[in-house]
Amino acid sequence: MYVSPIREPLIRGKKTYNKITQEIAAPIEGKAGKAWYAGIALTGSAVLLGLIMIGYTVWEGIGTWGLNKTIGWGWGITNFVWWIGIGHAGTFISAILLLFRQKWRTSINRSAEAMTLFAVMCAGLFPLIHMGRPLLAFFVFPYPNTRGLWVNFNSPLLWDVFAISTYFTVSLLFWYIGLIPDIGTIRDRMKSKAKKWIYGMLSFGWTGSAKHWQRHESISLILAGLAAPLVLSVHSIVSMDFATSVIPGWHTTIFPPYFVSGAIFSGFAMVLTLLIITRKVLNLENYITVGHVESMNKIIIATGSIVGIAYITELFMAWYSGVEYEQYAFMNRATGPYWWAYWIMMSCNVISPQLLWFKKLRRSLVFSFILSIFINIGMWFERFVIIVTSLHRDYLPSSWEMYKPTIVEVGIFIGTLGLFFTLFLLFIRVFPVIAIAEVKGVLKSSGEKNLNPDKN
Amino acid sequence: MRRYISAYFEDEENLLRAAKDLKNNNISIQDVLSPFPIHGLDPILGFKKSLIPTVGFISGAIGTIVAFGFQTWAFTVDYPLFIGGKPHFSIPSFIPITFELTVLFAAFGMVTAFLVRSKLGPGAKKTIHDERITDDHFVIIVDLEESGSQDGMVEEILLKEMAQEIQVKEIEL
Repeated sequence: MYVSPIREPLIRGKKTYNKITQEIAAPIEGKAGKAWYAGIALTGSAVLLGLIMIGYTVWEGIGTWGLNKTIGWGWGITNFVWWIGIGHAGTFISAILLLFRQKWRTSINRSAEAMTLFAVMCAGLFPLIHMGRPLLAFFVFPYPNTRGLWVNFNSPLLWDVFAISTYFTVSLLFWYIGLIPDIGTIRDRMKSKAKKWIYGMLSFGWTGSAKHWQRHESISLILAGLAAPLVLSVHSIVSMDFATSVIPGWHTTIFPPYFVSGAIFSGFAMVLTLLIITRKVLNLENYITVGHVESMNKIIIATGSIVGIAYITELFMAWYSGVEYEQYAFMNRATGPYWWAYWIMMSCNVISPQLLWFKKLRRSLVFSFILSIFINIGMWFERFVIIVTSLHRDYLPSSWEMYKPTIVEVGIFIGTLGLFFTLFLLFIRVFPVIAIAEVKGVLKSSGEKNLNPDKN
Repeated sequence: MRRYISAYFEDEENLLRAAKDLKNNNISIQDVLSPFPIHGLDPILGFKKSLIPTVGFISGAIGTIVAFGFQTWAFTVDYPLFIGGKPHFSIPSFIPITFELTVLFAAFGMVTAFLVRSKLGPGAKKTIHDERITDDHFVIIVDLEESGSQDGMVEEILLKEMAQEIQVKEIEL
């Protein structure tokens, strides 16, 4: 296969198939370091705090939150949308980039997809506890009941139930199907009988037979084809929770594409946050290279610019529509009591990613890491701005209110952050962070050794 | 009695050439075991196209019909409820759930088909020929005639492509 010599290798160093297996399996076989224990102690305590606060909310009721009659959705829904958005990068990477035959996806798809699953778990928690009576959460599913009623199929909140549960299930299937061959690899490397048995069960008896590989490739491709529109549908439907209402600032047709690009934007930021650290700690710098970081940064600048255009379009439409309520909502966002949230959002999401036009910054790990944190913060504020500033000024000035979160809401948010990172820390010790089989498959076409044969 | 020969390769390209040679000599290859999919091998082994996409389409179509049919039935026949003056049978608002269930059914259908057809699953009893197969070794297993008339030729083809650990095995049926 001809590969241009100027193309940057995706796998650095002189790798053999065996070396790839060894290096990627190393974190699973080795003992966890002090840093890992320190990390999990920290994230575990955050989970504990979250659990206490969730328990308190369930026990006492939603009144423990800072919500009021005017502002019925606060941090809870902000966090929900934020987490769901973060959960969009994984399946985007493995599905859409697979369809586009982007080989750089092979080094990052596994961890990004795991991240997706964990983020969706965190997201799902919020509507659940927001219901006030989580024990009755099964009411959201259409099941035959004594009241003879069905759920409201016309409601975007119900579409959300279906979208998110489908998204989680399909992402899980996609992730696990991809993991099967790699679990087989781990099974064959394990020395202890117990671990061999466990990984043997998890590997579903994988042998590497050609017929199985053929079916595996076929199912991966079709699942990718299905997951691609699914990714786009999930955040579109989340955006309809807002867009189908008649609240100024929410009632816009631009919401679905604007939310989807925002979701991919924030998802990639979180992938960068995690992987820049992971590659260093797990010694995977040869697989997740600066080139990979640059590719992700390019997606960030593309989606970030779309988000920027969406913000400006919203402003333009508010002015151009001639609807005074709409105009007021946007003026109030930028200059009202929550002006600081609006300008944090603007500077983090619109201005800061534009720095990525400089190649030096795009390839700088320190800069990418800091920027990814900025984007995570900015995207959280985007949802806060959309939800809180649109609600806090009602049509009736007598209903005007301010919203401040209570310690309970903050605690639950910290708890989900803890849950997310705890699950990720467990994941890197149990399953290979990089798709071993897929990386081996691109070694010949994109490995450094094969791209520059003269140097070796 | 069935006889077959197995050989190890360290590079998939050698295996691919050997497989081609064997096919040209009308020798049937039982299986190839590899750490990652070898592209271009399927036609040599005479594999037909996988039917998984068809399974996906059919199960997806079932999902579409179930989701759309159920929503329609619930809202027009079983309990026509007025919600904000919206029509009972409103196609646009049924689309999101119909789409989601289509994807869900298709995904489950394909995964089930994949696992059942490949006889894979938790606790599946499979012989693991060699632990190096999931690491860096490529194995070819070739059927031989009982008389042993092909042995020499097969071995020659395999050796030409630097195969290692060539073994002839016999199983009593």
